[in-house]
Amino acid sequence: MAINRDAVKYTANLANIELSDEELDHFTGQLDRILAYVDKLNTLNVTNLEPTSHVLEMKNVYREDFVKKSLPASEVIKNAPDKENNLFKVPKIIDTEA
Amino acid sequence: MELNTLTGHRLIELLDKKDISPIDICNNIINKIEKAEKNLNALAHFDKENSLERCKNLSKTARRGALRGIPIFIKDNICVKDELTTCSSKILKGFKPPYNATVIEKLIGLDAVLMGKTNMDEFAFGSSTETSCYGPTRNPWDLERIPGGSSGGSAAAVSADEAIFALGSDTGGSIRQPASVCGVVGLKPTYGRVSRYGLIAFASSLDQIGPITKDVEDAAILLRAISGHDEMDSTSANIPVPDYMSGIKKSIKGLRLGIPKEYFMGGMDEEVKNSIKSAIEKLENLGAVCENTSLPHTEYAVSVYYLVATAEASSNLARFDGVQYGLRPENIKSIANMYKKTRKEGFGDEAKRRIILGTFALSSGYYDAYYLKALKVRTLIKKDFDEAFKKFDAIITPTSPTAAFKIGEKISDPLTMYLSDIFTISANLAGIPGISIPCGFTKSNLPIGLQILGKPFDEEMILRIAYNYEQNTEWHKRRPQL
Repeated sequence: MAINRDAVKYTANLANIELSDEELDHFTGQLDRILAYVDKLNTLNVTNLEPTSHVLEMKNVYREDFVKKSLPASEVIKNAPDKENNLFKVPKIIDTEA
Repeated sequence: MELNTLTGHRLIELLDKKDISPIDICNNIINKIEKAEKNLNALAHFDKENSLERCKNLSKTARRGALRGIPIFIKDNICVKDELTTCSSKILKGFKPPYNATVIEKLIGLDAVLMGKTNMDEFAFGSSTETSCYGPTRNPWDLERIPGGSSGGSAAAVSADEAIFALGSDTGGSIRQPASVCGVVGLKPTYGRVSRYGLIAFASSLDQIGPITKDVEDAAILLRAISGHDEMDSTSANIPVPDYMSGIKKSIKGLRLGIPKEYFMGGMDEEVKNSIKSAIEKLENLGAVCENTSLPHTEYAVSVYYLVATAEASSNLARFDGVQYGLRPENIKSIANMYKKTRKEGFGDEAKRRIILGTFALSSGYYDAYYLKALKVRTLIKKDFDEAFKKFDAIITPTSPTAAFKIGEKISDPLTMYLSDIFTISANLAGIPGISIPCGFTKSNLPIGLQILGKPFDEEMILRIAYNYEQNTEWHKRRPQL
């Protein structure tokens, strides 16, 4: 097997996705089949190949370092599910009682 | 006359003669939508009054822009300021971007009328438009069948005459495959040709926005409208955009076209194969020189794609966490709990599966074996095309191995679904342009598409071959009876 239930659970946790028991079962089988399929890449010898992460032959793209106009904070914040005084509001991050 | 059934270039002629106004077109479109949409579900967000209002405002001005007031629908993953833009996902519920994508700015500047947003596979993850949180879009040629995906809403809307022009996005075939199975024209530009600024990212090294239209001339007009360098997208190329219309009408006599044998093997439908063979004969009759060739690493493309695209997606979709926009579930206790609950409730099955697969391919201990290896094989796939284009002006293949499949047929088997992209994904991995045009129908009256792949930034060549083929065949004139 290329991936088992524990590895799916571990990976989902890395990706911050909570899975139900049914989802875990059903994803494990599906992901295992997909990984078994992509295993065909192992039939190729890739030792002397450069990876292609990007197709365009370009290096860093620079621009002049000057301040440009940006959106007002009220616009940036307007889609937030919870907000206060033009700030994103989230639950407590550090639990002092722990 | 039902103006919604006409092409964009024909409407531009009528508008210039002042025989019609943009409001007339808009009204015809709205009538068609009111009649067909309950069966099709091609649109994710559409507000009749809003569209009419925009059209009226436009009519008061001079309408000198190249698009003259032609209505256009936009895939739901392209940001339109203050309009719902949700990627057909629950996690972006209610999201209204505070800015326009560059392509939208360009369209507005050229006097196109934005009509609304089209349905899609959630975050463009799919080949059937079945993974949308708004339910599946149906194929106008057979309502029991899929319209392709992920830009299935755009292709179905154009095919059903609910739209004149539409924009889609293509990461592994998401413009070309739906265009093929809906019997319309779809073009994926060269990577870098069209700005991705404001396109909600799926796989940043593969994504491109492109046109879905009723014929090749319209694809040329719309491609020109949206192309060009943009400082807001550092991967957009600073290469001049030709006036495609002057180049595409040239004859194809003497052009060299490669027919790669790897695209005619395995589980390919006989009717599709026969249509493609007839299309190749047609191209030869028009003076092109067709020759068999090989793209030897084609069989690895699906594997490379589903590692590279999911790896990039897992990173891009980390931003959907309940903080800045969209969904946040009730009764959240801690921040870690908020991330997990938001993503559990907000993402559908396929999104979760792809994020987990991509995270796995990038994770410590697996990165070299999966992600890095895939990038190296991507080099081989790109080299195949570099070699072929030393000899050929373009490459001719089927767009999809089958015509439209039934709704529900592949949705429970992701790997089988992934394999339906087998002929389109290599173009994204190599960054080259591709177009799908109608080239026949199955016995049960389902459209078949021909794919033409070109050299980087040579969209003019694939449009020219497509235009010559189209003008000498009748396939593009057929419309579904709805």
